[in-house]
Amino acid sequence: MTVGTSGNRIVIVGHGMAGARLAAELPAHSPDVKVTVLGAEPHRAYNRIMLSSLLAGTVDESGVELAEAAGHGIAVRPGVRVTAVDPAAHTVATDRGDMLGYDHLVLATGGRALVPPVRGLDPERLPARVAVFRTLDDCRRILAVAARARRAVVLGGGLLGLEAARGLAARGLDVQVVHPVGHLMERQLDPAAGAVLARTLAGLGVTTHLEVAATAVDAGPDGVRLALSDGRELETDLLVLSCGVRPEVTLARAAGLTVNRGVVVDDRLRTSDPDISALGDCAEHDGVVTGLVAPAWEQARVLARVLTGENPRERYRPRPPVTRLKAAGIDLAAMGDPEGGGDPDVEELSFSDPARGTYARLRIVGERLTAAIMLGDNPSVGTVIQLFDRGAPVPLDRRTLLLGRSRDAAAPTTTESPALMPDAATVCQCNTVRKGALVRSWRAGARTMDDLVAATRATTGCGSCRDAVEGILDWLSAVDTPDTAEEVAA
Amino acid sequence: MSQDVATHCPYCALQCGMTLRRTDSGVRVLPRRFPTNRGGLCQKGWTAAELLDHPNRLTTPLLRDRPDGDLRPASWTEALDRVEAGIRRVQTAYGRDAVAVFGGGGLTNEKAYALGKFARVVLGTRNIDYNGRFCMSSAAAAGNRAFGVDRGLPFPLADLATADTLLLVGANVAETMPPLVRYLVEQRQRGGTLIVIDPRVTATARQATLHLQPTPGTDLAVANALLHIALAEGWLDKDYIAARTTGFTEVRRVVASYWPARVEQLSGVPVADLEAAARALGTAERAIILTARGAEQHAKGVDTVTAFINLALALGLPGRPGSGYGCLTGQGNGQGGREHGQKADQLPGYRRIDDPAARAHVAAVWGVRPETLPGPGLSAYELLSALGTADGPKALLVFGSNPVVSAPRAARVTARLRALDLLVVADFVRSETAELADVVLPTAQWAEEDGTMTNLEGRVLRRRALRPPPAGVRTDLEILADLAGRLAPVTAAGAGLRFPVEPREVFAELRHASAGGIADYAGISWERIDAEDGVFWPCPEPNLPGSPRMFTDRFPTPDGRARFVPVEYRPADEEPTPDYPLYLTTGRVLAQYQSGAQTRRIAPLRTAAPGAFVELHPDLAVRLGIDDGDEVRVTSRRGEMRAPARLSPGIRPDTVFAPFHWPGTARINSVTSDALDPVSRMPEFKVCAVRVEKA
Repeated sequence: MTVGTSGNRIVIVGHGMAGARLAAELPAHSPDVKVTVLGAEPHRAYNRIMLSSLLAGTVDESGVELAEAAGHGIAVRPGVRVTAVDPAAHTVATDRGDMLGYDHLVLATGGRALVPPVRGLDPERLPARVAVFRTLDDCRRILAVAARARRAVVLGGGLLGLEAARGLAARGLDVQVVHPVGHLMERQLDPAAGAVLARTLAGLGVTTHLEVAATAVDAGPDGVRLALSDGRELETDLLVLSCGVRPEVTLARAAGLTVNRGVVVDDRLRTSDPDISALGDCAEHDGVVTGLVAPAWEQARVLARVLTGENPRERYRPRPPVTRLKAAGIDLAAMGDPEGGGDPDVEELSFSDPARGTYARLRIVGERLTAAIMLGDNPSVGTVIQLFDRGAPVPLDRRTLLLGRSRDAAAPTTTESPALMPDAATVCQCNTVRKGALVRSWRAGARTMDDLVAATRATTGCGSCRDAVEGILDWLSAVDTPDTAEEVAA
Repeated sequence: MSQDVATHCPYCALQCGMTLRRTDSGVRVLPRRFPTNRGGLCQKGWTAAELLDHPNRLTTPLLRDRPDGDLRPASWTEALDRVEAGIRRVQTAYGRDAVAVFGGGGLTNEKAYALGKFARVVLGTRNIDYNGRFCMSSAAAAGNRAFGVDRGLPFPLADLATADTLLLVGANVAETMPPLVRYLVEQRQRGGTLIVIDPRVTATARQATLHLQPTPGTDLAVANALLHIALAEGWLDKDYIAARTTGFTEVRRVVASYWPARVEQLSGVPVADLEAAARALGTAERAIILTARGAEQHAKGVDTVTAFINLALALGLPGRPGSGYGCLTGQGNGQGGREHGQKADQLPGYRRIDDPAARAHVAAVWGVRPETLPGPGLSAYELLSALGTADGPKALLVFGSNPVVSAPRAARVTARLRALDLLVVADFVRSETAELADVVLPTAQWAEEDGTMTNLEGRVLRRRALRPPPAGVRTDLEILADLAGRLAPVTAAGAGLRFPVEPREVFAELRHASAGGIADYAGISWERIDAEDGVFWPCPEPNLPGSPRMFTDRFPTPDGRARFVPVEYRPADEEPTPDYPLYLTTGRVLAQYQSGAQTRRIAPLRTAAPGAFVELHPDLAVRLGIDDGDEVRVTSRRGEMRAPARLSPGIRPDTVFAPFHWPGTARINSVTSDALDPVSRMPEFKVCAVRVEKA
């Protein structure tokens, strides 16, 4: 089979979440491809999503390893950095000094953590007590300092920053988050949700400073001093920078590919060079660089099917992302635009119980969820995420979106009081014994439990209706006269 | 004057103990205290005797003279002449593999064994399989892969009651085996946690402490997420993993990709519920994980079961007292039926038919040369769907099965059955499959025969005859002996083939044939079964106890360790599309059993469950303009069915459910998918894409 214009050699640059996933998908779709994965990091594939658990100390490094599709015509070369791409020659050059030919090249170079332009921070030479939070090596740096630290400051109150903060707090560090905007996770949350989240974090040992920027960093061997725009100064043992990620496009730009914020790709994930694709955090599709795993894996699925010819017509159709922050004590899901447009037909549902850290706000347009924020204990969160992700119609009783499964779904009939139970109610499911049959048997002379059981076979299956049958017997005995019983049985 | 006999229920794998009493007014069923049902019976068991003297009972063979003609009564001689001539004609024209056999999980061990032997040495065909392929094959394959053995429950049922945490995956025992619920009640009364995974709020799910209600077809991802959480929380039994298993590292790396939020989006099960389930399992002293058809009847059924086995192994459950993994076998002899050679790839004793040593052993017991034994044949659905095709079988003998109702994509199966040159059905009623037959042979019922059954625990039980079969009826063993007598001298050149009609003699032979195999019955005798309330296999020696609890010291794998196998989630073969926007899942109701050929004829059961229905969420019903009780049509790419709507808030709004016990226009298996699991060849009964509209 042919994946490029000439052969079946695929070279993937990058062995992060996107590159590793593509490498795993390719042989499943075609056993003939020869895949080489070049990863700049010196590690086997690992799960970036779990790095905050590594920070929290709930898993060790082996716990974040991912399966690799080794064998199956796949060669993985960790610790090899690609230095140049020559699209005309169909080759890539590596820092090991060798050259690889490709029929199709995939850029999965990911993103680079931003170091903010703050006095005292040189992106190329961060001080020992200052780290970004993106890679396994970053994690190791942070943990090396955290092991001897009491306090930490996280600069940036977005999703990743808060993941880092709660991870460090779980280690017992006193953590402060400095965020330049008026509420946390402003891209996903409205101010009210941000406030509830801040309170939740406070309960986990994370203090937040909002609407304040860092102006200077003074890092020494024994500590870090962070100057803030409101004149305050924070002293800490560890400073984690979580100020966003920029797509890594250096290679693509040098190779002459069309680059905007990321490497521009079409619905097939193809760049401006037909023999080069890009996916994941380095790719820009329809003006969007996602920075999330779910779309990167969907891109990997599509690209694998296109490249192997299994389904050349497969196209990447982005789905609106769901942001999820879930850790001990925090349960946050956010999707869609939190502020929303001024759609006149929008329905808005909300529930707020700040004292218990619960907040929910949903927007519905035309029976579909267009946005939702759910924070705290929301039993319906799984349903809401699926409805949003699949564009499925919302329940007619909107309350179930806030409160979970409707209550009548779980109510067995046998808990009713015998007097109120209709005659047609089945008391014993295993033997299809209705209340009316028990009443009739009683009237016919069955006055003990054994008599009723012998007459109707109630309770002889699973036995879980025994209390209900005994209740009916007691009730019948209390009602006492056959005449009354006749009335109730009528 | 009355006469009693202690036997077991004819229906499900729980094999409840019951006493049959012969009275002047007919046969009565009385519950009997046995270690499994503890005196309980469901409505099916109570009414089982009503079929014995039922007007629909067949007491004479039936023959069809012309393809478009009706079945007419015939003598046994005429009927067997027709069968013999038809088989010979097909064998001469198309070869031995052109005659196929389809068995059932309700047959006794003796009959299943004799049927497999008959196929291999009398017919000389490789094509024999059975409806258990639609029941147990995924769990069986996963169990063999992980543990080196497939015994549904590797521990006695009573262990369920003492589990601190019990997880049921796709098991609606409150409807399928109600007396088993006694153990669940006891478990909860002891303060245990019951977790149920099911897309519906079933009668079983209503009793659960925690109910996870995933999108159909996502159980595998849920299992991997539970293991992911257990790993991240440090709940694994590292010593057990190190000492008793292999392959954990790769499983750990695979489940690293199943972080809870990802699986939440996939399955709809909230992360908090996944965490609660993982915690309940991971922190329990005694925990048991059970799967049933809901997890297994998928094109990824083997891998789904494997994912739950991986979870059980990582928590150190199998072989630990009061803990473990098991599957809930469905049919009465679903366990024994898969051990003694009516499966395409098997010989008695759970031996592989492609294993030279197994062939040599069994051939010696049968008095034939090993090389005369055929190789593995087609699996159940592949066999049914090949019938009457150019390369497929042209004749089929059916014992104890009704695939017209119970097979997936049943319209195709029906068409294939119609395309046969010869269809022979042995049954005691005119089942929907018998209605298509050229020859119907009337057989004995459970109360009219002796034999053994192996229940869901791997406990070998005695079925005892209360009375002889009515005049005109023969037992399956007699039929096989008749046919062997007619066909064997030619096929086996008078090699001394034995087809005894006495079940006790067949069992004696089965003991020899199974000796040394995985399912070793060599030490089991009918007397021991009587004396010990059943005997658990393996039991290789008469003077050794059976094996109620397996895996306490080692697993029956070459290195004695259980095997982790990494498994990945994949979507169902058919996911919803704009044309077919809903998931369909199928299942059972309490008052009917399997294809309903028996239970639909019993008046109280018909009253309790008179017909099929389509269960759907009230919201979905409103959107489709359907009211409760409206006749609706369910359509898939393969066919359609019609039944009244039953509205229930307990089902997901993206999913509809229908029970599969009914034939004709109400047959949901006209709609179901024939996508097969690559390992077990289990059809994907439990999920396909459909459209629902008012009929």
